[in-house]
Amino acid sequence: MESAPTLDWVSIASTPLSSAELTTWATRANCGAVVTFCGMVRDNSHDLEEIEALEYETDVELAERRIVDIIAEARIRWTNLGAIAIHHRMGRVELSESAVVIVVSAPHRGPAFEAAAFCIDAVKSCVPMWKRELWQGGSAWSEEGRAIMKVQEMPSLEPDPETSSARTQ
Amino acid sequence: MARLLLLGPAREAAGIGNDEIDGNSVTEVLQEAVRRYGTGFEDVLRISQIWINGEPGESRTSVGPHDQIAVLPPISGGCN
Repeated sequence: MESAPTLDWVSIASTPLSSAELTTWATRANCGAVVTFCGMVRDNSHDLEEIEALEYETDVELAERRIVDIIAEARIRWTNLGAIAIHHRMGRVELSESAVVIVVSAPHRGPAFEAAAFCIDAVKSCVPMWKRELWQGGSAWSEEGRAIMKVQEMPSLEPDPETSSARTQ
Repeated sequence: MARLLLLGPAREAAGIGNDEIDGNSVTEVLQEAVRRYGTGFEDVLRISQIWINGEPGESRTSVGPHDQIAVLPPISGGCN
């Protein structure tokens, strides 16, 4: 892994992600909370139940620029955060591997949880990233298509009946 | 002339991810791209966003050889 930066760490790479390493990196003497979110490849999606892997496609420069914007916006909305890391895989990612890891540290748990939730929601909505589902003998682009949002347009965090159950898993 | 970046379903429909296409505006470049890649690409283009040099842009924007036009179809989310 490359030399780690001090406060914000953005990466899009084809190599496996280490949530443990990022959690250790984000641990700071003045932070009592470190929240780590791992987005995993699962074997089902909508009407598909035998997914073997996902394949992520992006332009690294465009995507990393958007992730930098996400972190900047998080620091505007929560002014006392410690370290923030957002790492995303590209290319083929196998079942039960992490496709994305987000780590946020803060002096207290409230802002750490909220900022981490904001970051993953923003990654899903604002980063130019396409996901192809692969199964035995076939593949297709994921069908949950939506237009890419500007980071500043992300709504503030409110419980959403459609996503709150997924968010608590 | 501008550099064209095609991603995801746009790349798949065009059969190419990067190209250089003549044209003085985004509209002219994309019209030539449709002529070059066909109706499958046109269908994807119709539902895509256009970014110019990394930011959302307008189709009437003038472009030169150093400008990048990215065709970005609807996204499917980066993870669960």
